[in-house]
Amino acid sequence: MSEDKLLTAEGIVKSFKDEFKTKIIDAQIKEHAAGTKKNSTTSIWMKVDSKAFKDVVKHLISLQYPHLAVASGNDLGKTIELIYHFTVNFGYNRKQINLNISVEVPKAKPEIQSICDLIPGALITEREKMEMLGVDIIGIPDKRRLFVPEDFPKGVYPWRRDETGPEKYYKNLHEVKK
Amino acid sequence: MSQTQTTKTTYHIPIGPIHPALKEPVYFEFEIAGEKIVDVDVKLGHVHRAVEWASRKRNPIQILYLAERICGICSYCHPAAFTLAVEKIADIEVPERAEYLRVIQGELERITSHLLWAGVAAHEIGFDTVLYLTWQIREKVLDLTEYLTGNRITKGIMMIGGIRRDITKDMLPRIKKDLEYYKECYDKLGKVFLNDKTVKMRSQDAGILTKDEAMKLCAVGPTTRASGVKKDVRVDTSYFAYGDLDIECITPEVLTGEVNGDVYDRIIQRLLEVKQAIELIEDCIDKMPSGDIVAEPKLAKLLNQLKKANGEAIGIHEAPRGEVIHYVKMDGNEAPFTWKVRAPTYNNILPWIPMLKGEQIADIPIVAASTDPCMSCTNRVGIVKDGRKYELTKEQLHKLSIAKTRRLMK
Repeated sequence: MSEDKLLTAEGIVKSFKDEFKTKIIDAQIKEHAAGTKKNSTTSIWMKVDSKAFKDVVKHLISLQYPHLAVASGNDLGKTIELIYHFTVNFGYNRKQINLNISVEVPKAKPEIQSICDLIPGALITEREKMEMLGVDIIGIPDKRRLFVPEDFPKGVYPWRRDETGPEKYYKNLHEVKK
Repeated sequence: MSQTQTTKTTYHIPIGPIHPALKEPVYFEFEIAGEKIVDVDVKLGHVHRAVEWASRKRNPIQILYLAERICGICSYCHPAAFTLAVEKIADIEVPERAEYLRVIQGELERITSHLLWAGVAAHEIGFDTVLYLTWQIREKVLDLTEYLTGNRITKGIMMIGGIRRDITKDMLPRIKKDLEYYKECYDKLGKVFLNDKTVKMRSQDAGILTKDEAMKLCAVGPTTRASGVKKDVRVDTSYFAYGDLDIECITPEVLTGEVNGDVYDRIIQRLLEVKQAIELIEDCIDKMPSGDIVAEPKLAKLLNQLKKANGEAIGIHEAPRGEVIHYVKMDGNEAPFTWKVRAPTYNNILPWIPMLKGEQIADIPIVAASTDPCMSCTNRVGIVKDGRKYELTKEQLHKLSIAKTRRLMK
């Protein structure tokens, strides 16, 4: 890859909006400066329709093969939000763009397509999302648990904040029994 | 006379999960045909302590100290990544001097971590004299760390909006003297590791990770750079004072002219990074502007400001082992809504599989250690063959590795 093929933040957002139109729900570009020279780093926060998620990743790969840092997740009450943190343009002085693609899936049917066939390195983070948030990852090559032990009760997801969360297993040792 | 038929079958050996020498137990299951590794399976989670959950009851300043205790060796990089994320959310501007001091601390941690690794790697192939040599140098670096932060390992130096201790003028001669000493030792170490025939025999063409595999499996840090992927957060982005400094992204071809992605390249990679870290510290000391070291010295006021913060951000820092990334979401409460920690080893687990496939059992310690996981010592191996069970202890596995070195030396 030569330097003139580097992506720009505006270019990435425009390319996705042209390709997916209304399925890109929101896209924001943020700059953050640091040091005495105040050089800045660009981040893009993009919210996409969960049904288009796999095509969005495919489109990203067609622009440039990204590095997937990790996927994080939030329990937002009625929905579960997954945020995939990609980085592109690495290998050049201060040209990296952090691309955070978030999707929301309904809690009643928490499903998302696996991207392991596109980025094999996504396997660990996808397995973690399955056990921690109870998201069903369709087409994942390895469905086993990762961090949570085998004898941990089924249907309890440590990152959830509702009745399927881990509350009843807490031992609040600081509380004094009366 | 009946003919006895022999069929070739593979067998499984489990390794781990207890590794007492370094933290983070990992469980491997190897499928073996003779001496050759056919397939590898990795199981994790033996020390999952729900640190992220524990943050739900803490305010951001308390979380700094919790983050510091995620890992003993990376006790600076976790609070650093968390602070970066929180500062972005709360829009805190960090004084310029603090940004330089943060780089000095980060690079000092890189030197200690890489020297620790070099010692462990030497031990794995049976060079215990080199282990003592590297750890002797590391001890001196820890002395400097203690001089600058007051602590050797868990430094407690990071603060949201700055750093907790300044480097004053009277401290500079001692720092410069120590840096000169490290440079001398670096030349010595370079000779020991890079010109030694036996180290070359054990590490060249062992545990190869190709550039393509490194990209696809999302490897990070020295592991991915040793395979030729130029990915270094310090170069790619501008955070702390790294954006002001001239940093080159180092890959092993700087020294050898080619990238093989083997264990030898990963040794070269880390040694070159030690040199780079020493130079960066010198650079920072020269360029450091004067001024405050923290944006808001009154903690109660800072906490009040953080309580009002609303939003989400990521903090990325180049830890000794690679990119560490923290995602923080704050919703106007005392504790953050979400805190997701991603340590570099998390991404360097899958690359183990192509590295270990096709290698011998005796190569497991050095190849597994070559990614510098928070796991380096294989404790106990049980071989299950035809329903019978053999046990290989960590010592026996280590002996196998030494025997291979001796065999090659003949």
